[in-house]
Amino acid sequence: MTRTLPATEVTGRTREGIAQRLAQDLKDGYVVNLGVGIPLFVPLFIPADTEVVLHAENGVLGLGPAPEGEGDPDLTDAGKQAITLMPGAAITDSAMSFAMIRGGHLDVTVLGALQVSAAGDLANWYVPGKSPAVGGAMDLVAGTPQVWVTMEHVDRQGRPKILPECTMPLTGRACVTRIYTDLAVFHVVDGTLRLVECAPGVTPEQVRERTAAPYTEDLHP
Amino acid sequence: MIDKFREDVLSVVDHVHDGASIAVGGFGSSGRPDVLLDALCELDRRDLHVYVNNVGHDFTGVGRLLHEGRLRRVTASFPILQEFYDEYFAGKVELELIPQGTLAERLRAGGSGIPAFFTPSGAGTMLADGSFTLRYSPDGGVAEHVPAKEHRMINGRQYVLEEGIVADFGFVKAHRGDRKGNLRFRLSARNFNPLAAMSGRHTFAEVEHLVEVDALHPDDIHLPGVFVDDVLLATPAPADQPLMERSAS
Repeated sequence: MTRTLPATEVTGRTREGIAQRLAQDLKDGYVVNLGVGIPLFVPLFIPADTEVVLHAENGVLGLGPAPEGEGDPDLTDAGKQAITLMPGAAITDSAMSFAMIRGGHLDVTVLGALQVSAAGDLANWYVPGKSPAVGGAMDLVAGTPQVWVTMEHVDRQGRPKILPECTMPLTGRACVTRIYTDLAVFHVVDGTLRLVECAPGVTPEQVRERTAAPYTEDLHP
Repeated sequence: MIDKFREDVLSVVDHVHDGASIAVGGFGSSGRPDVLLDALCELDRRDLHVYVNNVGHDFTGVGRLLHEGRLRRVTASFPILQEFYDEYFAGKVELELIPQGTLAERLRAGGSGIPAFFTPSGAGTMLADGSFTLRYSPDGGVAEHVPAKEHRMINGRQYVLEEGIVADFGFVKAHRGDRKGNLRFRLSARNFNPLAAMSGRHTFAEVEHLVEVDALHPDDIHLPGVFVDDVLLATPAPADQPLMERSAS
């Protein structure tokens, strides 16, 4: 796709800021799976009066913060990092863990993306020619009712990542329900994208310049 | 009198033949049966097909098998190891990449007498449509694709048919086990271990602690001994210590 690069510079949210914005939308009692990257900042910003249960696909329901010191080698998250457990946590084998995921027992999965399409298709597991690895991403997007993507609005070359169609291999079709970027928040409603919010200091025009997919606007002040 | 405990790892793993398929427990290095995997290297076994979530991040565990050229095919969700990909793109090892939940359920199903099941995971993607490369040729071209999987609409949604895995052998690690093969795992080291044990026609369990047969309460057994054929110590200790004492440390 040829596209003129936007002429103006724009600075929106930081990576932590994207996670902070997303955390405001988590509701008390939600069970949430967090992918690697920006999603891992989310727990830092969950309001104190909101209880969110974190799930890791290697069989942990009720993750706590990272341990002080070395931690327990038998207690890790899906990124193989040492973790702690919250009161009321449960451990399962991997089949039970994915029964929770595919069975729709989680509320939200938060993951990164290479590309998202106008219909909410997601590509996030494979850059052709690089090292293919899928992990639990296809199960998470197939089973979780709400799939929230966190990502930079454009790639390192400044090219839009929200496209009419994904050009990279798909993780799932029509699975994304929200997109949180440094510049904006989109919801996927009835199979189409809707811009609901621009980041502070970012204009709807700046978002439009950097978004290749068609979308409607329903901006909340 | 059932006694599945074996002192000598090599004489047990010696039953694994060249070309065997092995379901391996563990998630990264957590709960990975390294004593059993190392024995495959000591015994110079080759041409193996391993079902495992990760090849690893270094040359231990399954990574050692890869490094020593002992793998024919890996069925995994997240191989990670760069040398694995180098070998894959060079056509020296095959990769059947499948979603992580599909790997878990295929192992569970195979061990449960379920030959296949439908899952939404991966439906309509290149992991199911026959376009993912199973094996490259040495010149960098595609030698063989993973075959396309049957898709079916059920209640208005698309699903993909996945087959249960019955492996020749199961390799697992547990925290505690008894001479009847009953196992108990610890924290997130459980992961794929019960499923790999179920999948194996013949399953070896390395345990950190060998306990008396009545030490595990029936309600607290994570995997009944019926799925386990041989029990070994994960950390063989000096032979001059009594068995129970050295396993309890």
